[in-house]
Amino acid sequence: MANKNKEILGQPIWGNNPVVVQILGICSALAVTAQLKPAIVMGLSVTVIVALSNVVISLLRKTIPNRIRIIVQLVVVAALVTIVSEILKAFAYDVSVQLSVYIGLIITNCILMGRLEAFAMQNGPKESLLDGIGNGLGYAAILIAVAFVRELLGSGTLFGFQVIPQWCYDHGYMNNGMMLMSPMALILVGCIIWIHRAQFKDLQEK
Amino acid sequence: MSLKNYIDRIKPNFEEGGKLQAFRSVFDGFETFLFVPNATSKSGVNIHDAIDSKRIMIMVVIALCPALLFGMYNVGYQHYLAAGLQMDFWPMFLFGFLAVLPRIIVSYVVGLTIEFVVAQWKHEEIQEGFLVSGFIIPLIIPATCPLWILAIAVAFSVIFAKEIFGGTGMNFLNVALIARAFIFFAYPSVISGDAVWVVDHAICGLGANLPDGFTAATALGQTATSAAAAPFDMNMIWGLIPGSVGETSVIAIALGAALLLYTGIASWKTMFSVFVGGIVTVLLFNQFGPDTAVANMPWYEHIVLGGFVFGAVFMATDPVTSARTEIGKYIYGFMIGMVAIIVRVLNPGYPEGMMLAILLMNCFAPLIDYCVVQANVNKRAKRSINK
Repeated sequence: MANKNKEILGQPIWGNNPVVVQILGICSALAVTAQLKPAIVMGLSVTVIVALSNVVISLLRKTIPNRIRIIVQLVVVAALVTIVSEILKAFAYDVSVQLSVYIGLIITNCILMGRLEAFAMQNGPKESLLDGIGNGLGYAAILIAVAFVRELLGSGTLFGFQVIPQWCYDHGYMNNGMMLMSPMALILVGCIIWIHRAQFKDLQEK
Repeated sequence: MSLKNYIDRIKPNFEEGGKLQAFRSVFDGFETFLFVPNATSKSGVNIHDAIDSKRIMIMVVIALCPALLFGMYNVGYQHYLAAGLQMDFWPMFLFGFLAVLPRIIVSYVVGLTIEFVVAQWKHEEIQEGFLVSGFIIPLIIPATCPLWILAIAVAFSVIFAKEIFGGTGMNFLNVALIARAFIFFAYPSVISGDAVWVVDHAICGLGANLPDGFTAATALGQTATSAAAAPFDMNMIWGLIPGSVGETSVIAIALGAALLLYTGIASWKTMFSVFVGGIVTVLLFNQFGPDTAVANMPWYEHIVLGGFVFGAVFMATDPVTSARTEIGKYIYGFMIGMVAIIVRVLNPGYPEGMMLAILLMNCFAPLIDYCVVQANVNKRAKRSINK
């Protein structure tokens, strides 16, 4: 893979992560991260949708009239979101119930419109695919990191399996109820941003 | 002054180029804690008052002492009362002392460790804000709160409510209350309900193990779930009722309040208007409110129960997080009293609303100040145009 493509794919996963650098997609990062399983499903759904819609828009980019491009983008995204939502309902019903409206709300996820506008409208389908996958995975990575901490400390489980041994509970350990609330997810995202800024000092605000 | 001599003698080690230069901020922290620094300004004309922020903090700690000492006694009193044992003053006090002391130690050790580490790391002076916060935190939690939960809560509040905003004086939320709020939302079972307010086991051979399932509700907790308010009695003023360690005794808190007001450290405007706001709101609820026990509770009972007095005296008047403008202080205090009573009366889930009220108004204090300042600016602008 050419160096440029590698960068397109790899940069959004950490260095230019859509969640912690551009602060996009925060709402769903707070809403679906109480447990790992829905967070992973959500991350993968967004990855698929961003990647495919990037490709579609990139193929159409020369024929889309500039003045109605947002509507065209929305139509493409809406179609893909509906497909993903139906697939989830068919094959992973309980997760889709858990995610409830948030799958449908992927359409309003700023990462999608951001990538379509900023990348797919100017680049070829191959680069757009990589960019979509990279951004989707970057989003998924943050979701999974947050969900890991929240589920572990909030419920003592991972993927629904008991991880913290009963012995600890017998000796007075308690689950942290605040981890199950969205404010704590925001604080955790803040911590990730903290770590990120410590590494990329040029992003620190003066 | 041999301590002073000793400090002066070892001081060169910690200065630039000395052997222990790395620990400069730790040394500096201790030195200025013990003695008023004699450093003078390098440029310009400055007037230094001998009362710096460390001296103010010490004054607040002294003001908190009556509430702490009484709280210790009350912890023992409640325990022996529940156990049905008749005891003298000293065994009760000793029991309470042993129950509360570990919480003070944990609170200080965790909080100060974080402060020292951060100060070393950022090459700053060690700041003294935690002296008061670390003292208040054990007073606003039940004496049964597990130590590890307390440690996590203190760490959380010092890091996330204070250090990330720039340390002492830069926090916009009250650090001690954030620690309590953290426990309240993360581990609600250790800070609310009926089973946490009385120590139910013997400590170091003192006291007795109470039977499993022993409960003692706070008066507010009782009122929230029953049809009629707990009848008023003098113990509510003396403080011989179950509750968080330092919040029960109005008399002990009043002693502290007198000191704070006499020395001018706490603003009487804030303190006074918290009470006015609370009383006015209770009277309104008595007249027009829902027909529940807590809404019909008389105003003097609302004031003396729960954390209302403690919050009004020690938390609402925190100079860092409260409103700074003089008119703003009235508004800020009034709103705290009002919101606290509204939470108590209208939210059956939270029998006590003082913590939430103060934290909420902490968020609005800058806005209140902004409005007051702008109103003044507009008034003066108008005056000059009319001329």
